Amino acid sequence: MMIPALLLIAFVILASAGVAMVLRNLIHSALLLVLSWTGIAAFYLWAGAEFVAFAQILVYAGGISMVVLFAVLLTRPARDAELPVTPPTVLRIAAGLMASAMVGSITVMAVLTSHLVAPASARAPGLTVKDLGALLAGPHAAALLLVGVILTVALLGAIIIAAPEPAPRPEDQP
Amino acid sequence: MSALQLCLLLSSGLFCIGLTVALTRSNAILVLLGVELMLNAANLNFIAFWRFGGGSASAGVVFVLFSIAVAAAEAAIGLALVIAVYRHQRNIRLQEATRLKG
Repeated sequence: MMIPALLLIAFVILASAGVAMVLRNLIHSALLLVLSWTGIAAFYLWAGAEFVAFAQILVYAGGISMVVLFAVLLTRPARDAELPVTPPTVLRIAAGLMASAMVGSITVMAVLTSHLVAPASARAPGLTVKDLGALLAGPHAAALLLVGVILTVALLGAIIIAAPEPAPRPEDQP
Repeated sequence: MSALQLCLLLSSGLFCIGLTVALTRSNAILVLLGVELMLNAANLNFIAFWRFGGGSASAGVVFVLFSIAVAAAEAAIGLALVIAVYRHQRNIRLQEATRLKG
């Protein structure tokens, strides 16, 4: 029962991510990637990490997808209705495919040949939201505060970077 | 083949898709999305080892939460940079973004 569900989730994740990356229309790619991220959330649910699954849906399918769609629309060329994604050269495609094929074969061989000790019990380790909250507020409180600081600084920096440069005001002129 | 191995194969496949995109495409937004896919593949590994690792350590779940938060910050900064590059050179091809100050 566990394995077929995992295979189905894996097919959805890999197929949507793979198709999204070869499409020429950026908006279709972004929408297919939302499907892929939702599939990853389904994987977290399958593994028993419910809180992480809902965090994934909130952050990726809700937040990052909106930011990506806004960026696609804001950087759209003015005249063309179709987004021109210029095809990369054959050499770059070959080099990139070769590099990722090497990385993929290394990781797949490492997974298949290593002796992973999978426990016989298929029971998920119980971790309720209460436990998670106690962990975040107790042993990991410093890291939680630091993540908050990082998010604040990064989002303020993103606003400053993306904001248009203000026009010089007349009273600033000498 | 155990479920843990299937999870690891899934995450390595996702990582390879992200790596291929980040290396071959020239659109800055697609490269960022490839990096996001690689981050997600790493998160899959954390959850898989938490679920099937046999230990009772719950650090995997906590680490994935922090990783998602950092990925959100990274996406916001990256897309703001894409918009800034677009304002200077009117497209987002990475080959043409060769100057720091436009």
